[in-house]
Amino acid sequence: MIPEIGHFALIIGLAIAIIQAVFPMMGVRLNQPQWMALARPVAGAQFLFLGISFACLIYAFLSSDFSVKLVANHSHTQMPTIYKVSSVWGNHEGSLLLWTFILSGWGVAVSIFSRSIPPVMLARVMSVMGMVAIGFLLFLIMTSNPFERLPFPPVEGRTLNPLLQDFGLAVHPPMLYMGYVGFSVAFSFAIAAMLGGKLDAAWARWARPWTNIAWIFLTGGITLGSWWAYYELGWGGWWFWDPVENASLLPWLAGTALVHSLAVTEKRAAFKSWTVLLAILAFSLSLLGTFLVRSGVLTSVHSFAADPERGLFILVFLLIVIGGSLTLYAAKASKLESTGRFELVSREVGLLVNNITLAILTLTVLLGTLYPLIIDALGVGKISVGPPYFNNISLPLGTVLFLMMGVGLFLRWKKDSPERLFKKLLLPANIALIIAIFGPMFFEKAFSWRVSLGLLLASWIALTALMWFAAQGRSLWQKPLSAWGAMFGHVGMAVVITGITLTSMYSTEKDVRLDANSGYEVAGYSFKFTKIEKDLKGKNFSAIRATIEISQKGKPFITLYPEKRNYGPGTMPMTEAGIDGGLFRDLFIALGEPLGKGAWSFRIYHKPFVRWIWLGGILIAFGGLLAAFDGRYRRTRKVFLKEKARRKGTMA
Amino acid sequence: MKKTHLIPLFIFILLALLLYRGLSLNSRNIPSPFIGKPAPAFDLPRLYQKDQRISAKSMKGQVWIMNVFASWCQSCRAEHLVLSNFIRHYKVPTVGLNYKDYGVKDYGNDVINWLAQLGNPYIAIAIDTEGRTGIDYGVYGVPESFVIDKKGIIRYKFTGPIDQKAVTETLVPLILKLRQEPA
Amino acid sequence: MKHSMHLLLLSFFITLSLSFSLSLYAGSIETYTFKTAEQEALYKGLIKELRCLVCQNQDIGDSNAKLAQDLRRQTYEMISKGSSREDVITYMVERYGDFVLYRPPFKMKTLLLWVGPPLFLFLSLLFLFKFLRNRPKTAEIELDKKQRESIRALLK
Repeated sequence: MIPEIGHFALIIGLAIAIIQAVFPMMGVRLNQPQWMALARPVAGAQFLFLGISFACLIYAFLSSDFSVKLVANHSHTQMPTIYKVSSVWGNHEGSLLLWTFILSGWGVAVSIFSRSIPPVMLARVMSVMGMVAIGFLLFLIMTSNPFERLPFPPVEGRTLNPLLQDFGLAVHPPMLYMGYVGFSVAFSFAIAAMLGGKLDAAWARWARPWTNIAWIFLTGGITLGSWWAYYELGWGGWWFWDPVENASLLPWLAGTALVHSLAVTEKRAAFKSWTVLLAILAFSLSLLGTFLVRSGVLTSVHSFAADPERGLFILVFLLIVIGGSLTLYAAKASKLESTGRFELVSREVGLLVNNITLAILTLTVLLGTLYPLIIDALGVGKISVGPPYFNNISLPLGTVLFLMMGVGLFLRWKKDSPERLFKKLLLPANIALIIAIFGPMFFEKAFSWRVSLGLLLASWIALTALMWFAAQGRSLWQKPLSAWGAMFGHVGMAVVITGITLTSMYSTEKDVRLDANSGYEVAGYSFKFTKIEKDLKGKNFSAIRATIEISQKGKPFITLYPEKRNYGPGTMPMTEAGIDGGLFRDLFIALGEPLGKGAWSFRIYHKPFVRWIWLGGILIAFGGLLAAFDGRYRRTRKVFLKEKARRKGTMA
Repeated sequence: MKKTHLIPLFIFILLALLLYRGLSLNSRNIPSPFIGKPAPAFDLPRLYQKDQRISAKSMKGQVWIMNVFASWCQSCRAEHLVLSNFIRHYKVPTVGLNYKDYGVKDYGNDVINWLAQLGNPYIAIAIDTEGRTGIDYGVYGVPESFVIDKKGIIRYKFTGPIDQKAVTETLVPLILKLRQEPA
Repeated sequence: MKHSMHLLLLSFFITLSLSFSLSLYAGSIETYTFKTAEQEALYKGLIKELRCLVCQNQDIGDSNAKLAQDLRRQTYEMISKGSSREDVITYMVERYGDFVLYRPPFKMKTLLLWVGPPLFLFLSLLFLFKFLRNRPKTAEIELDKKQRESIRALLK
């Protein structure tokens, strides 16, 4: 019964989405304020019904209702409760329902917090969001019904994969979806602006916080995804340039450009058509990502079960949404006149160069990701494009981008003098150079230009950000939140670069044979293999466990217990590596095979600064959060509410 | 309307065409670089006659198939009946390359039981315990089958389990055609 | 500010979680020994650049597939017999085609792949140049201090 309610709620959701898409827009056309006003309650109803539907699916998973096909295929009674819930979105149908539910959540949030937006604008925005929702709901109902029943329910679910029962896997997809779907708000604002033919500073001010928040979630989602891949997928890798990873990076790059371009549009009324294009691109690339993950056109470690029929459906959807919006763009973009004037040396131009570099980076990642498909489609064989290509290409482009990050902050709007700028940048440039040259010595390693370059860029970005922040006048706590945000965002990037540089260049990875009671030294830590225990019984597995005593400079430091687990017939044996994580380095040890006479093979890693990659990601997201809550966005709203209250008062 | 504003739409249309084409492609099927090239040489011990050996050279002058299989491979079981019927009906000399199976510690004699149960259509079974001949033939997913002509040139490669459709539509016409060619 | 609390908690979790364990599909860990550090570096570099053909999308260094194990062994044997990077790559491409390389070779069919990024760069520089040249020249009316004060006075 409950699954049927869920299914029914989904269909009602579709009907509501149609109302949301049609009436407010028609209201604008026919000048019917009541129709336009429908947008708000309808968005609420949409959220309610999709919420009911999603809750029904969660209930089906929690109650292990194996008569529902999705539950039978993706759950198991022995699964811990939290992972029963996360299995809801661990598959194509459920994750799509979550997507759509989140979309309705963004819709209701816009309708609640955007009271200062003129009704015409809001009506258009909500209409566009309704159209996107129609697409997804049709997709769900027609090709991917999550509530499909089985005629003969099995007594037990099919999935009890220990690899899938994991905290990182449970939380990072919803974060990513919040980001992807969140860009639909900026997209809808852009479409609404083009339909209205008007795009002013107020528009940018409304669109900015929404874009920021979506971007924060995407940043957080990518960071968590990378962290998850580090400890779950690979042997110590944190980014594989897999098509699905790239699919999350593409909207992030476009979104980062958008966040910065919106600043110019808000403050200087320039780059209007470019900002609109970026808003379309950020969401389009999110949609493209869904297509790549769900259609199976590219081979990836993370994709859902491929289904060309679903692929065709999404492709048609992409054609309508992206094709439609780009056609609108082609027709209307030249009407969005940019009035702001600026000189050659100005913050506008600085941000333009930043945007262009990000755009080139986006195009390059897109090209590399799709190139195997291009070659295949042309029928000239099969090739692979992997990390060596992407690393080669992103190094020079990244260098330009990161150098510009430092310059951009100090540039003044409209007009700046090169002399002034040079004077300001001289000090951070010199300190960064010193750090770059002497940095490798600090780590007692040989000189390497890659390390030097990485440290140069990281310290350059961090120093310029901090110096700029310090010069923002006023005392620390009176600085505007947007200044705090920019500072955290830039410093976070510097932390990421430091992490990437030092982990990639200074990691030690050794596969060694250890005899009983023998040791091995890696990066100043000595690993001693003291004991092996066989046939240890766990909850649903049997294990072999090694005891490794780690000491540093002769002093006992920590003991790790790498294991090899067997979860019974038909399952692959699992390795439980022992990890000692820390802010400045991770130690990792995994147990391999017996090599006879009590000796075993082991894999030992020393990964310096690897956690800085994720720490930096979190700082960047935090910076975005601070910027989104900058006083001026609330002020506009407060002024508006006061005004409204006053009017009401006089009317009474 | 400015022309430059049409560029994004244009790029998107190209992209959409590409993605549409992509839907009907099989990204898992990797073309073999051996098509049209001589079959790599091998000389391996035979499964039931360990003192005898089987080599690519000894197969010259006839159209033959090399079928890479293993008892641990599920899809091999799936194709075995179809393949056996085809081999027997068209009398195609087929060498089985027992890939990383017989002689491997965990599998041991599994292949003997496997063949006893499912039948043995091969004229000879070569044992490739370490998978080296497999590498020489660019084997990446068992089962795989190579069709080799009278001159010893690889003419066709089949990756994955052979089904009835593949037999009637591809293998039979190919074998009949190759038999017409001069040695 | 609830979000920031969550983020801070997560950051704490990610950066400071000490000694946890991690699950991976158990693969074989080969204890190859090398004559020189160069050979070891060559081996480690190569197994990250060669694709495991049977896997979803993994290099042979990361994969536990039988094929990946074989190809690691092959790479190791060739290197310890003194083969160069090019020798190993030629050997692999002869058998598996260009698909086995994560670093696509520079040829006619990968031309756009390698030329693409510089081309994008060139085109955008062109665009930037045109955009800056065509940008409206007349500066906005700049008011000096006196004028601004008088306007402020008027607005009061």
